[in-house]
Amino acid sequence: MSLLQVEGLSIHFGGVKAVDNISFSVEPGEVFTIVGPNGAGKSTIFNLISRLYEPTSGRIVFDGRDITRLPAHDIAGIGIARTFQNIELFDHSSVLQNLLIGRHSRRRTRWYEDMLFLPKVRRAEREDRPIVEEVIDFLELAAYRDKLIAGLPYGVRKLVEIARALSSEPKLILLDEPASGLSVEETIDMAWWIEDMQKDLGLTVLMVEHDMSLVSRVSTRVLAVAEGKALALGTSAQVQADPRVIEAYLGRQENHE
Amino acid sequence: MRVIFKNSYDNDINLFEDRVHLLKYAVLLLAALVMPWVISAYYVGELTSVLIWSLAGLGLMLIAGHTGQVSLGHAAFMAIGAFSHLALMLRGWPFVPALIASGVVTGLAGALIARPLGRMSGIYLAIATLALSIIIEDVAIVATPITGGIAGLFAPPIEFFGLMIDRYGTPRAFYYLCLTVLIIVTLGYANLLRSPTGRSFLAVRDSEVSARALGVNVPRAKTVSFALSCGITGLAGALYAHQAQAVNYESFLVLISITLLLQVVVGGLGSMHGAFFGAFVVVLLPQTISMARSFINTNTPFNLGAYPGMDTAVFALIILLMIIYEPRGIYGIWIRLRTWLELFPLYRKGMFRRTRTYLKTERMR
Repeated sequence: MSLLQVEGLSIHFGGVKAVDNISFSVEPGEVFTIVGPNGAGKSTIFNLISRLYEPTSGRIVFDGRDITRLPAHDIAGIGIARTFQNIELFDHSSVLQNLLIGRHSRRRTRWYEDMLFLPKVRRAEREDRPIVEEVIDFLELAAYRDKLIAGLPYGVRKLVEIARALSSEPKLILLDEPASGLSVEETIDMAWWIEDMQKDLGLTVLMVEHDMSLVSRVSTRVLAVAEGKALALGTSAQVQADPRVIEAYLGRQENHE
Repeated sequence: MRVIFKNSYDNDINLFEDRVHLLKYAVLLLAALVMPWVISAYYVGELTSVLIWSLAGLGLMLIAGHTGQVSLGHAAFMAIGAFSHLALMLRGWPFVPALIASGVVTGLAGALIARPLGRMSGIYLAIATLALSIIIEDVAIVATPITGGIAGLFAPPIEFFGLMIDRYGTPRAFYYLCLTVLIIVTLGYANLLRSPTGRSFLAVRDSEVSARALGVNVPRAKTVSFALSCGITGLAGALYAHQAQAVNYESFLVLISITLLLQVVVGGLGSMHGAFFGAFVVVLLPQTISMARSFINTNTPFNLGAYPGMDTAVFALIILLMIIYEPRGIYGIWIRLRTWLELFPLYRKGMFRRTRTYLKTERMR
């Protein structure tokens, strides 16, 4: 059974059909990549899945459960974590604190218990910490553990955002342009991290990416979208060779004559 | 420089990171306990004011500094705290239950208001809360049965296990009373900050969208933060009523709201220390200015008595300079000073340039 099923998903902003009747399904353990030109609706699909936007029509099923009407703050709890295209970290907190906020969907204490710092709060804190430490080890962030985000280089911030998503122990991780703004070396590192997440952690990855070297290297399947519509689905090579995809990126040949 | 070797997760969970840290605060507490016996009754009163403003500042710091929601209406919540506390005491409630009840009432009022206010941010939130502050002045006149109308209410003396506490009769006892309330609130606040609730507040402040994606129920977090913030400010209002001995509709003008916001900004938005530093400035700076003024009047040929409003102008100027040159407030200066001492003689001038960033609260979006 597919881990994530998107059926006939649409969202219209006034007359603009940002996402128009898109269907796809993500199998457990695969790296599924969505590619497309700017404004194709890739990030909108992400925002629909993480329930930040209300779909006009369609259904999203995760792990056999219809999540189309679930509130956004319950999405992390069912096992979907995400990163953002423009890094959305908590700038005035340390890396460790950021990752601990990543544990929020698993919290077991209430605010008045926190205020009194009851023994159960301490117990919960002690239980959360090793999970966060494993993520820190996994992404080799130990050197930055107590550093404030505001002072970190861009590449590290990208990684911290992934680490924060991993801290919630997701089944599916949504990566919105993980390689944007990274150098060639950092992009190669990112490919390693994604492969490690898939193979070592057994995660399913849904990714939006422009860098085709990264896409071809890590993706199991690729979905090309343009103007809110699905164009082609297949392996990276198949999609890149598809005439409709080439047309969406480069335009038709006749146009240049 | 002190290096802390961490050998347990508890090192990061505990309130005090090591014995030295604990010792520093023990010394501070001791100083606070001894102080009233060293200084004159007048200054005990001033110091009590500092404690009360620290408490009010802590309340505002929670919402403005740690949850990123500006409030220009916290005088309104001081008023709710003060009036509800006095109204209960005048109806025969003992001091402690009345104080707790006033905190709860103000907290509930805050929670009620947080729902509509939580939808706003930045300048719009500032305007809406400013309106609250203006409305409460009229409410204080209209709601005569509770507030005593235009005449206001007089604070009855506090009876505490057979001990009569009065601001003028027993200034030391009143000082210790305020100190106790402040310490309890400070501990609760510090506990919040080291637990999931506090972290969810920081998340809402720095990025609402990723807070939601991580499972933070943002409207709920804002409501809890607003309620706690208002509750703390309400407690400060109740103590203020005893400090001022009488409160009426003029006690909690908009100016108080603005002063409170200045207090947390000058002290250092986003740190508990800031509320305390700011309270010293707000209470003692006007004093210092008027002392300097009389010194100049008597010892130099200039006579500043002819220029009314000078105090306020100097106060405003200091705050302005502070915001331009040290956006992290006095707490920022304190951090640099401490680092300078710890690293002496290795401190470099540009060390904190990178961390000089603005919180989203300050940017007003």
